Amino acid sequence: MNSDQQYLNLYFQVHQPQRLNMFQFFDVGSGRGYFDDDLNGDIVSRLAERCYLPANALLLRLIDRHPEIKVTFSISGTALEQFERYTPKVLQSFRQLEETGSVEFLGETYYHSLACFLSPKEFALQIGRHQQKLGALIGASTTFFRNTELIYSDAIGKQVSELGFTGMYVEGCDRMLAGRTPNALYRHATEDLVLVPRNYRLSDDVAFRYSDKTWREWPLTGKKFASWLGRLPRHEKMVSLGMDYETFGEHTPHSTGIFTFLDDFITVMRKSRKFRFINPSEMASLLPVEHAAGAKEGVSWADEARDVSAWLGNAMQRDAFGSLERLHDAVMASDDVVLIDAYRHLQTSDHFYYMATKDGADDGVHRYFSPYTSPYEAFMNFMNILADLELRVGRLRHRRHMVYATPPALETDPAPIRW
Amino acid sequence: MFGWEFPPHLSGGLGTACLGLATALKEQDVKLLFVVPKAHGDESIPLINASGVTLAADETVVRTVHKRSDTGSREIAVAATIRPYATGAATRAVEHWHWQYATETLRTVKSGSGIRYSFSGGYGPSLMEEVARYADVAGAIARQNNFDVIHAHDWLSFPAGVEAKNVSGKPLIVHVHATEIDRAGENNIDRRVFDIERQGMQAADLVIAVSQWTKDILVRKYDIHPAKIHVVHNGVMPVQVDHWPVTPKISEHVVTFLGRVTYQKGPLYFIEAARKVLDYFPDAHFIMAGSGDLLPAMIDRVARGKMSSRVHFTGFLRGKQIHQVWSVTDVYVMPSVSEPFGITPLEAVQAGVPVIVSNQSGVAEVMDHVIKVDFWDTRALANAIIGVLRHKVLSDSLRSNGRKEIEALTWKRAAGKIKQLYHEF
Repeated sequence: MNSDQQYLNLYFQVHQPQRLNMFQFFDVGSGRGYFDDDLNGDIVSRLAERCYLPANALLLRLIDRHPEIKVTFSISGTALEQFERYTPKVLQSFRQLEETGSVEFLGETYYHSLACFLSPKEFALQIGRHQQKLGALIGASTTFFRNTELIYSDAIGKQVSELGFTGMYVEGCDRMLAGRTPNALYRHATEDLVLVPRNYRLSDDVAFRYSDKTWREWPLTGKKFASWLGRLPRHEKMVSLGMDYETFGEHTPHSTGIFTFLDDFITVMRKSRKFRFINPSEMASLLPVEHAAGAKEGVSWADEARDVSAWLGNAMQRDAFGSLERLHDAVMASDDVVLIDAYRHLQTSDHFYYMATKDGADDGVHRYFSPYTSPYEAFMNFMNILADLELRVGRLRHRRHMVYATPPALETDPAPIRW
Repeated sequence: MFGWEFPPHLSGGLGTACLGLATALKEQDVKLLFVVPKAHGDESIPLINASGVTLAADETVVRTVHKRSDTGSREIAVAATIRPYATGAATRAVEHWHWQYATETLRTVKSGSGIRYSFSGGYGPSLMEEVARYADVAGAIARQNNFDVIHAHDWLSFPAGVEAKNVSGKPLIVHVHATEIDRAGENNIDRRVFDIERQGMQAADLVIAVSQWTKDILVRKYDIHPAKIHVVHNGVMPVQVDHWPVTPKISEHVVTFLGRVTYQKGPLYFIEAARKVLDYFPDAHFIMAGSGDLLPAMIDRVARGKMSSRVHFTGFLRGKQIHQVWSVTDVYVMPSVSEPFGITPLEAVQAGVPVIVSNQSGVAEVMDHVIKVDFWDTRALANAIIGVLRHKVLSDSLRSNGRKEIEALTWKRAAGKIKQLYHEF
């Protein structure tokens, strides 16, 4: 083996939340559904046309010709179930990618949730549920993990290791690496867990700066971008580029040439003598894992701060999450699969992301993704749904207690609850 | 610069805006001759008092209020014509609550060799006449003074601005703080007011609108070319109240409407929302502060809905009383049908009160940290009220983020933009 060999890992994140219905306080107790199926169906169909289908076709074409091209995906359970429901063609094309043997899938929480902050048990259950779904729909199994938005702390790493994963993706930022290069593998300080840092500077050149005409590197071509990788020193063995898959065709429209960019970049890198493509499961055997890295507090790939403030940064977000947390035991005790599934969908990080009240560039990104006109609306809507869930859980419990008594009045008369 | 009302007298939105803007322009070294129909002498900036200007004489002198003299006068009453904010018989019942519906009339005063007009400067029955006479006086003022630009605030002073332009040949800017469409709704407009507004804008070299919302109305309903209209959002004057008056709270949940109780302000939507909130929050209390022609109808609506123990009417409030209302308010609602800007929500934010405004307002364009609903959607409005009442964290967030946000909404910023427009001529 060539000891100067360098490796490139491409990791694409595929996620769509189940966006919520506009749910007013008066809807509490009305039986109104929580999720906006029409909106979600529209968005997923649009994304399928603009991004998932053309991008998958591009990768399939490249891999069919050159199986040495390798790509890593992580697809959230909420995205998988929506593909199943609205755009089965997308699932089919991911299955084709899986069948090439050049594509690896990562484990994550089914609900793209903040369950790592709820309880180890809930976290583990959601990861298990994701593995099942991924196996059933795509036929893939997982050995590496990525947590929601690359949220990581030493404690989370420990749990992931205990669940049997070989390694996980982390943000290659200074708080994780203490100034060391992101272009190498690291390990957890105490556990047998490989950490794969995302090179966020190079990744963001594609995900955020590619279409920015004020950027001095604009326009960025695949060849030019590949040349930047070619200039990396020999001892930096591995570069991991991670980004939303929706970058291709959605965040960055087709008309900007983003697909040509991807095609050219992969083609140039394939021809490169210096670089080979790699997926995470091969990393540990091909690459040295020398140093420990980590962080006590949550690190993530979101916002300038790269911490958990995108979801739990303000009082509304923390109050909403705290309220969700307090409902946990009651919901689980209900033993009602529909309620439990709804409860877990409410844990999806996006709902909290919409409630952020940040300034500057972060604010723009939050707004871009949000279906609400303001974080306050997002908060109120979420809390109304949570109130309804609480009511339903309460009624269920009430009914169980009343099995042999007179029929419960609550069932036929959904009287408004008093606060 | 031609205005109409000026604080501390008759200070509705227009007067407040004129004071804020004039003060900030002066701070940016713009020399202002600010004319009002009737100055009282206790305003915070020197004004030219149109009531003190003698007409039709060769040596007429513009006197500022500080040197006013009223000797040898004779009064002539002019017939009543219009009442801008009030229509219908119901007005009479609430007149004594609302000092803006003064019954003062325009008087013509013989003064030496000429005459002068003693304007009421209010919104009384001789308003139309006053507006016309104000223009006559403006012509005289334009002849007697040197200036570079004419700036007229709202239709009341548009004829004055146009006349000043005719006399001097200087460029005219008309500043639209509100339109007849806002005040009366499309089907009840006073054609005379509408025409004065449109003629003023047509005669002007440039139009300033206080919001995009207003600009859209000017383009759509008045047929003014969009390129001629510049949007300059209002600012808010910093207030320093060291000792907020403490008033005992009637309830833990107080929701307030504060403004004229007229069609434009959407009081009925407030009452409808109150009905919906009370079904779930029987302890909530609602304050309707202000007066106007719809007040009797609102009282009637509340009584019919058996909500009288929960909905309280204060009548017209001023100064300290408004602070008292803010001090007991948990959420302020402005459900305006068409609000060119809306300074009251900003004052509420300053007072630390969370705010819900209608999307049909200029203030919705500049504030992110408020809740916005469509005025007609009383369910959404009630939902928002309940949200704020239920979640302390929501009201706290609105309060603190809103306060931070309005720090940037200064008259200095508005005046800077306007100064730039002046220099374009």
